[in-house]
Amino acid sequence: MRVGFHAPDTVEELAYLVAEAADTRTPLEVMGRGTKREVGRPVQYGAVLSTESLIGIPIYEPSELVLVALAGTPLAQIEQALAENDQELPFEPVDLGPVLGFGPGQATIGGVIATNLSGSRRILSGSARDHVLGVQAVNGRGETIRAGGRVMKNVTGYDLGRALAGSWGTLAVMTEIAIKVLPAQREVRTVLCFGLADQNGVEALCLALGTPFEVSGTVHMHAELAECFSDQEIANAGASVTAIRVENFPASARYRSSRLKQMLQAYAPALELDTLRSRIFWNEVRALKMFQKADRPLWRISTLPSTAPKLIHSLARKIDVRVLYDWSGGLIWLETPPISDAGAVEIRRNLAEIGGHATLIRAEASARAAIDVFQPLDRPVMALTASLKQAFDPVGILNPGRMYPGI
Amino acid sequence: MSHIALPSPDLAILQRRNDILKQLKKLVPGAILITDQEGRRTFETDALTAYRCLPLAVVLPQTTEEVSAILRFCQENHIKVVPRGAGTSLSGGALPLEDAIVLCLTRMNKVLAVDLVNRVARVEAGITNSSITDAVAADGYFYAPDPSSQIACTVGGNVATNSGGAHCLKYGVTTNNVLGVRIVLMSGEIVDIGGPSLDPAGYDFLALIVGSEGQLGIVTEVTVRLLKAAEGARPMLMGFESNEAAGSCVAGIIAAGIIPVALEFMDRPAIHVCEHFVAAGYPLDVEALLIVEVQGSEDEIDTLLEKIGEIAEDFNPTMMRRSGSAEESAKIWKGRKAAFGAIGQLSDYYCMDGVIPLSKLPKALDEIGWICRKYRFDVANIFHAGDGNLHPLILYNANDPLQLERVELCGAEILKLCVELGGCLTGEHGVGIEKRELMRVQFSDTDLSQQMRVKAAFDPDWLLNPGKVFPLEGIGLQ
Repeated sequence: MRVGFHAPDTVEELAYLVAEAADTRTPLEVMGRGTKREVGRPVQYGAVLSTESLIGIPIYEPSELVLVALAGTPLAQIEQALAENDQELPFEPVDLGPVLGFGPGQATIGGVIATNLSGSRRILSGSARDHVLGVQAVNGRGETIRAGGRVMKNVTGYDLGRALAGSWGTLAVMTEIAIKVLPAQREVRTVLCFGLADQNGVEALCLALGTPFEVSGTVHMHAELAECFSDQEIANAGASVTAIRVENFPASARYRSSRLKQMLQAYAPALELDTLRSRIFWNEVRALKMFQKADRPLWRISTLPSTAPKLIHSLARKIDVRVLYDWSGGLIWLETPPISDAGAVEIRRNLAEIGGHATLIRAEASARAAIDVFQPLDRPVMALTASLKQAFDPVGILNPGRMYPGI
Repeated sequence: MSHIALPSPDLAILQRRNDILKQLKKLVPGAILITDQEGRRTFETDALTAYRCLPLAVVLPQTTEEVSAILRFCQENHIKVVPRGAGTSLSGGALPLEDAIVLCLTRMNKVLAVDLVNRVARVEAGITNSSITDAVAADGYFYAPDPSSQIACTVGGNVATNSGGAHCLKYGVTTNNVLGVRIVLMSGEIVDIGGPSLDPAGYDFLALIVGSEGQLGIVTEVTVRLLKAAEGARPMLMGFESNEAAGSCVAGIIAAGIIPVALEFMDRPAIHVCEHFVAAGYPLDVEALLIVEVQGSEDEIDTLLEKIGEIAEDFNPTMMRRSGSAEESAKIWKGRKAAFGAIGQLSDYYCMDGVIPLSKLPKALDEIGWICRKYRFDVANIFHAGDGNLHPLILYNANDPLQLERVELCGAEILKLCVELGGCLTGEHGVGIEKRELMRVQFSDTDLSQQMRVKAAFDPDWLLNPGKVFPLEGIGLQ
């Protein structure tokens, strides 16, 4: 197989290339536009296989809440098509481009699903993977397979589509994805508390999630991160920021934010953002604006809200960390100093005690070569991981070694 | 017996039955072992009652370790295992095999932990679906998937078939509400997949396990998401002169940006049967009825129902009635939930579970009517309208073997139609044995081979719930 960059514009050609790579045992770097190609263990590939030329939206039925897109379709194009019909991607995918040295809005839908990138609304609407209704993909044998479909409910056969979400291109190359979409929210309200310590901030967020008001965003961050926001009242507060979002029809959103403020009185809610200011704020959260400047390692940690402050407190005693709590603390974006292990030893030692897992999203290649980028797995899960890889990609040519050695 | 064949039993296993039972008894003295014919008779079928088969034996373990010991023993002795919860599968997913042990999880029915701060609960797989909500309802929380069989069916069975329910338009199905499982592989290995946090580490095995119909492993514990209940909920009835008008109204509601918590559709025969059975207050002079339910505060509910009413006006409703009280709401839902029972009073019925894209609704209902007439059956349609999940109930006489055969052909034709219209064979009941041979209508051999390779990655010897999901002749060819 020819070394270099391949971006086939038909699925047939893509399948042919994969089959050829399987024959010649050529390891392929599988990607969309490559905005996240620096995430993972550094590996030598024989050729690059990109889905960036598979562009288009063959099916979009707003009244059925279904959109089918070719994998290389830019997210921006999909979001524009949705916006024209007052709809949106419910899982509000985080835009990793800017923190990884790319422009905003460049990711492809294939890349977003392959990495299961969900944003703040995940707590209400579910993850990227939850919205996958079906896929077409090319497995490591070069066979084109379909799984799932284009309807909302489907238990016909195994759910291979959702299983490909979060597999980082190591099982199959997705070529087409059917996703569930939802009506866009008309009115957005954000209730803000300032100056809460982490423990109290997370408490307030958990309290908000325990209300019936369909809270769709819960973040908490220290003052130094809040400075980056373009909303001056937030940037200049000089205090930690705890933000809670509700979205709905106008009257409902207003009613719900006012009830939330009452319920959060102990935490002294000080500011409420209207729709426009809310949109700007949450878009900046979505683009991880607070982590765009620094060239420090960036981690994504999944844990439980109730233990998140303890984890950070414990880490902060050993290393200098900058922290964004999302999902009420269930998701932590963490910047660490540029030390040789990017803080991996401390992070994973603490997670082993407290529970949760961590993925290194941004770091020098040397650091990514030296430590586990993805969370090490227990022996039985690792064994299943190897079996599943074998079931999809028996020769091991699709992003081999990117997640785990030998996978 | 009808035309769906079961795999031929392994005679060597049947001959060794006494020896196997003796060893099992020694292996798990704490488990209940049912070996006599009368006892096994209880487990010979599930809710697809046309098919029956006496298993080798039935084991009811009480711990994950017992499950592990049984599976390891069965793997070593090449004995097949059929997992079972409450046996409410409508597709024959829990149908025993003559040479298989049925492993029934209903004694493992405890709530292990409730964590309201993080909004998760860990339960044993044999607990009933509604018991989870019962355990947290006092604090205002609930577990969202609500299949019609929820007072009987187990959460382990829900995981196996990725169960939905009337409220999944808003809250999603089982796969969207389960965060982790403890699963025992056929080798006896106990594996924890996922956990209480919202994202998995590594591959999303949970996506594969949910909906795998008990073919990848036996789930013994499940970690579920809990949600806070809404302030209130209220349904509204809307009657239409045609199925098409009702279908267009559903599309209109969604296009207006409203996602009701439930959007149920009944056609004329279904309305009449339900109304006569429970006097729910349904109008009898309409062709199609929608039950639309919204949630929120009283004001929010009023505003939303108002808006939905305005949208419906465009489709010439012949009646609209908002529920005025909790009693009226309960009555409206009682009619819908009693639908299967009501029809069951009239006749045996064959319940289908196809899914279609919503825009194809009028065409689908027309064609279903035509297909049923061709086979000389009456049909009543009940339908989760928001997500296109059809439940045609075909009325027939189960004691007439010719009718049974004909009704299966009729059902198969309906499901083929669903696939042709861009939908799928099953939305929430599972493939089981029932739709096994139809899988080729929806999938190519390459697609099925990939699924079977996944099965083999978990269970290389194909001992777990074999003979289900995949066309019989294809097994082992992957």
